[in-house]
Amino acid sequence: MTTMSGPNEGTGSRDGAGAPLLAIRDLHATVAGREILKGIDIVVPAGEVHVVMGPNGAGKSTLSYVLAGRDGYEPTQGEVVYQGQDLLAMKTEERARAGIFLAFQSPVEIPGVTGVNFLKTAVNAQRRARGESELDAMQFLKLARRKAKELDVGEEMLRRSVNSGFSGGEKKRYEALQMTLLEPRLMILDETDSGLDFDALKTVAQAVNGMRSPDRSILMITHHQRLLDLIAPDCIHVLIDGRIVSTGDRSLAHELEKSGYAQFAGQAA
Amino acid sequence: MSSGIEQVRSLADQAYKYGFTTEIEAEAAPKGLNEDIIRFISAKKGEPEWLLEWRLKAYRLWLTQEEPVWPRLHHAPIDYQDSYYYSAPKRKDGPKSLDEVDPKLLETYEKLGVPLQERARLAGVAVDAVFDSVSVATTYREKLKEHGIIFTSMSEAVREHPELVRKYLGSVVPYSDNYFATLNTAVFTDGSFVYVPPGVRCPMELSTYFRINAEKTGQFERTLIIADKGAYVSYLEGCTAPMRDENQLHAAVVELVALDDAEIKYSTVQNWYPGDAEGKGGIYNFVTKRGACRGRASRISWTQVETGSAITWKYPSCILQGDDSVGEFYSVAITSNYQQADTGTKMIHIGRNTRSRIISKGISAGHADNTYRGLVRVQPKADGARNFTQCDSLLIGDLCGAHTTPYIESRNPTARVEHEASTSKISEDQLFYVRQRGLSEEEAVSLIVNGFCREVLQQLPMEFAVEAQKLVAISLEGSVG
Amino acid sequence: MSAAPTPAWLDALRRDARARADATGLPTRRDEAWKYTDFALSGAAAYPLAARWQDAVPASLATRPVAGGVPLVLVNGTVVGDWGAPDGVTIGRLDSPDARSLVEAHLGAVIPAARKSLAALNGGLFTDGLVLRITAGTRLERPIEVLSLGASDAASGPLSFHPRLLVVVEEGGFATLVESHRGTGAYFSNSVVEVALAEGAGLDHYKIQDESLEGVHVATLGVSVAARAVYRGALLQAGSRLARHEVHASLCGRDAVFELDGAYLGVENQHLDNTTFVTHAAPGGQSRQLFKGVLDNQAQGVFQGTVLVERAAQKTNAHQLSKALLLSAGAGMSGKPELEIYADDVKCGHGCTVGDIDETALFYLRSRGIAEADARQLLIEAFLADVLEHVSLDPVRETFTAVVSERLRRARLGKEDR
Repeated sequence: MTTMSGPNEGTGSRDGAGAPLLAIRDLHATVAGREILKGIDIVVPAGEVHVVMGPNGAGKSTLSYVLAGRDGYEPTQGEVVYQGQDLLAMKTEERARAGIFLAFQSPVEIPGVTGVNFLKTAVNAQRRARGESELDAMQFLKLARRKAKELDVGEEMLRRSVNSGFSGGEKKRYEALQMTLLEPRLMILDETDSGLDFDALKTVAQAVNGMRSPDRSILMITHHQRLLDLIAPDCIHVLIDGRIVSTGDRSLAHELEKSGYAQFAGQAA
Repeated sequence: MSSGIEQVRSLADQAYKYGFTTEIEAEAAPKGLNEDIIRFISAKKGEPEWLLEWRLKAYRLWLTQEEPVWPRLHHAPIDYQDSYYYSAPKRKDGPKSLDEVDPKLLETYEKLGVPLQERARLAGVAVDAVFDSVSVATTYREKLKEHGIIFTSMSEAVREHPELVRKYLGSVVPYSDNYFATLNTAVFTDGSFVYVPPGVRCPMELSTYFRINAEKTGQFERTLIIADKGAYVSYLEGCTAPMRDENQLHAAVVELVALDDAEIKYSTVQNWYPGDAEGKGGIYNFVTKRGACRGRASRISWTQVETGSAITWKYPSCILQGDDSVGEFYSVAITSNYQQADTGTKMIHIGRNTRSRIISKGISAGHADNTYRGLVRVQPKADGARNFTQCDSLLIGDLCGAHTTPYIESRNPTARVEHEASTSKISEDQLFYVRQRGLSEEEAVSLIVNGFCREVLQQLPMEFAVEAQKLVAISLEGSVG
Repeated sequence: MSAAPTPAWLDALRRDARARADATGLPTRRDEAWKYTDFALSGAAAYPLAARWQDAVPASLATRPVAGGVPLVLVNGTVVGDWGAPDGVTIGRLDSPDARSLVEAHLGAVIPAARKSLAALNGGLFTDGLVLRITAGTRLERPIEVLSLGASDAASGPLSFHPRLLVVVEEGGFATLVESHRGTGAYFSNSVVEVALAEGAGLDHYKIQDESLEGVHVATLGVSVAARAVYRGALLQAGSRLARHEVHASLCGRDAVFELDGAYLGVENQHLDNTTFVTHAAPGGQSRQLFKGVLDNQAQGVFQGTVLVERAAQKTNAHQLSKALLLSAGAGMSGKPELEIYADDVKCGHGCTVGDIDETALFYLRSRGIAEADARQLLIEAFLADVLEHVSLDPVRETFTAVVSERLRRARLGKEDR
C-alpha cells in the first residue's frame, strides 16, 4: 500500500505557498465504454476555491466521481496528483482518508443505519487511518451535537437512518455536517446548490466558508451562479463536452451569466 | 490491492472463534439408536415410568416417519445409527454448587464469553450451561428462587417438579409433531426448564448456553418455559460447537406456554459451527420451537439471529389461542459459503383480536441458500385478527440464492393479513457513499447489513445486542471483493 | 375414453403426453402446487370424454362476440364452423397438414413437463384444436376472438373436453387475442393455451372465464417470451364451481416483458384458483402481476404465484401483488406468493393482503347518504378498478365490468336467501 499523509499532517511543511494540492493533467475517463472526460487539466493550489461550470452532460459529475474513485468511472489516460501522490492508484476509502470529501449531488438513503452510528464509524475510520485515537460514544456525540447545531441540523436527524426520508435541503445540510466532522483537505462540492432554498444554501455556504484555510482547497461543481455569490472563487473552469475550454477569474462567471455556454460551443467540438 | 482481499479471505477462515475442543473425560452411551439406548438415557436420569413410555412411544412412531422433503435444503442422507445420543462429562455426583463444577468446563464457558461466575461480566443474566447431553451448571438459582421462579435443568425439573413437567411437556409440541421433534422426544437428554409464577416479573435475563463438544454426538435438548398469569420472562439461548469435518446433528424442541396476561420474550443467537469455506462439516440444526399464547392477552415474542450451522431448519411459531394475544417473530438469518437455511415462523390465529407481526431479514452470500418460509393462518373464529409480515432478502454475490415462501390462509372476513417481501442487493450507490466517507468495503458492507437488520437486532436484550452486531459483521467477512 | 382419429404425427405427440399424464397421475393436495385445490374432490376426472361435436353451435349459447367480428368457436373442444383469416395470419386446425411444422415445434414445448399440471392430460385427450400464426412483422389491429363453449344436459350427463390453442407470433408481429369460456350444464373443460412469442413480438391476451356454475374449469397457459417480446394478459375468473387458471411463463430472451392482471369473483360455493409460475431465464426481464379477488358467500379463493429468477437473469425486475376481499364469514382465501432468486442484481418483491372492505370508507360513503349495499358495491368496484384499468380494449373492459356487476348482484341474492 502507498503511504499517505493525513489532512491534518504536515501543515507546516508544505511545499512553497501555492503548491498544488491537486493537479489533474490530461485526464480522460470512460463510463460504460463511452468517453466522457476527454482531456481535463485543472491545477488547484492549496487554499484556493476552484469552480467547474458547464452545461448538463458536460461531464461535471463524472469528474467528481473519477476524483473520488467510483467503480465504473474508468480513467483511461492522464494523471491526477494529490498531495504528491498518484490519486488514481488509491482506493475510494483511501482517498477519503487522505482528505478528499465529496459532497454528493443526491446522497443515497441507507435504511436502518442511524446517523450517529454512520458518522462515528466514518470519523473513527479516518482517525484510525491517521493514527489518532478513536472517539468514544460520548465524545463523539458531544462533537456531533455541537456541529449539528451550527449547521441547523436537528438532533433527531442524527437518530434517523442516513438520508432516509430527508428533504433535499436536509440532505445537503447533512452533507455539510459530515464535511465539518471529517475535516477534509479537498472538498468536492457536486451541484451542492441544486434544489436548495436560499436559507439552506446560506447555511451550507457558511459551513464551507468556515472551513476555508490556507491548507484546504475546494472544487465546486455547478452550473449556477448563485453559490459563487456566497463562496468567493479564485478560479473558474468552463467544462464543455469533456474538456476544459476556458479558465479564468471570477469575471468569467459573469461573462457566462450574460452570454451562456454557446460562445464556447465551437471550442468543444 | 489484492492482498487486502486475501487478508479478508484468511480472516473469514478464522472467523469462527468458537471452534476449539475441550479435552474432558466423557461418559457416553454406545453409538446408535434403539430402545435400549432410550432406556439407558431414561435410567441415567432416573426418570419416572410415564416419561420412558412417552419416549418409547415417540421412538416407535419415529421409525415409521420420514424426513421432510419440502424444505429447500440439500444434504447427504443422515445415518442416525452413526451417532452418539448421550455424552456427558464424567463426574461422581451432580455438582451441588458452582464450586464443584469441573474447572475445565468453567474455563470452556469462559472462553466462549459466558462466564459462569455469578459476579462476572454478564452479571444480571442467569445462565444454564448445557454441555453435550447434560446441564453442567445453572447460575443465580437461589436469587431466582426468592421470587418463586424455577430455573433449572430439564432433568432436575423432572425430579423436582414432576407435576409441572407432566402437565406442560409435549402440550405445545406433541410427540408426533414432526420427524425431528419425534426423534427429540425419544432421545432428549437435557435442556432448561423455567417456571415463572403468577404476577412475577423475572428480575433478570435467563439464558441457556448450548455447547456441543464431543465427536459424532448429536445434541437433543428440550426446553420448556411456562409464564403463569401476569408473569414476564426474557430468555436467551446461545449455541456454539467445535470445528469438525463431520456433520453433527442438533434437534431441539422448545415449548413456551404463556397464560393470561403473561409475556415471554425468547431470543436466540445461533452460532453453531457452519462448516468450512468448502462446505465441509458444520452442524445440522433441525429445531422445533413453538409457543402457545394460551391465556387472554398473552404475548410471545421470538427473536433469532441465525448465523451458524451448515443447515438450519426451524420455524419458531405462535399458537394465538387466547383472545387479544400477540405473537411476534423477528429474525435475521445470514448464510455464507455453503450454508443453507430454511427458516421462518407460523402464526396461527385462533382467538379473537389476536395480532401477529413478522419481520424477517435474510442475507445470503457465497454459495449459500436462504429461504424464508412462513405460515399465517386465520381460523374462522379469529374475529379482528391482524397480521403484518415483512420479509426482506439481501443477496451478496451472484452464486447464492434468496427465497421467500409464505403461506397465507384467512378464513375470517374481519381479519386483515398483510405480507410484503423484497429482494435486492446492496446498491453500488450505498457502497460508494460509505466508502467515500473512509470506510473499507468490508466495513461498509457490515454497516449497511447491520442497518438492514436493525429492526430485528434492536429486539435483542441489551446485553447481547452488541455481540449480535459483531456476529453479523464476522459472518460476512470474506463475502465481498 | 377414446380420442378421435388424427394423423400419425399428431398421435405421436399425443401418446407422449398421455404417457406423461399416466406417469404423474392426477394432482392431489399432496402435490405442493395443488395444496389448496382439491381437484379429485370435484369428481371431474370421471366425466366421460365428450364426443366430437357434429352440429352447429347450440342456439342456447348463441355466440356473443366480445370484441365484434366473427369468433373462432369450439364446442366441447371441437372446432365448429368456418373462419376467414386477415392478411399475415394463418388459422388452422391442429391436425391440418399445414400446421404440422408449427405444432411439432411448439405444442407442449412451452409448458414445463416437470411440473405436475393437467396440461399433459389435455395433450393426451384433446379431440381438436386451433393454431394461430401471426407472421413476422404483421401487426394486427383487430382482435382475434376464440370462444370455447361447454354444453351438456340431463341426457348427455356431465362431460369432459380438452380445448387446445396454439398461438405463435413471429418476429416483430403483434396481435390481440380475446379468449372466452362459457357454457351450460355440468362439464369439465381442461383447456391448454400455448403462446410462443418470437423476438420483438407482442400479444395482448384477454381471457374471460364465465363458465357454467356447474362446470369445472382448469386452464393451463404457457407463455414463452423471447428477447424484447411483450406479453400482456388480463384475466377475469367468474364462472365454474371449481376453476383453476395456471400460468407458466418463461422470459427466455433478454429484456422480455410479461404482465398479467387478474380479477376473480367467487360467490356461493365457488372455488377459484389462480396459480402462476414466472421464470426469468434471461437478463433484463420485467414481470408484473396483479391479482384482485372478491370472495363472498362460501367462496374460496387461492392465489399462488412463484417468481423464479435464474442465475443468468441479472437486472431482472419482478413484482407481484395479490389482494383479496373476504365479504362473508364463510369465505376464505389462501395465498402463497413465492420468490426464488438466484441472481443478485435484481429488484423483486411481492405483496399479499387479505381483508375486509375498509370500514372507514364505508362509513364515509354512508354518511353521504349512500345506502350500505350500494356503498359496498362502489367500494368493491373501486377495489377491482386497477385491474380493470389495465384492460385497454374497451369492449373487453365493458364485458369484465358487466360480469363483475352480475356476480355481485348474485352474491347479494345469495346472502338474502340465507
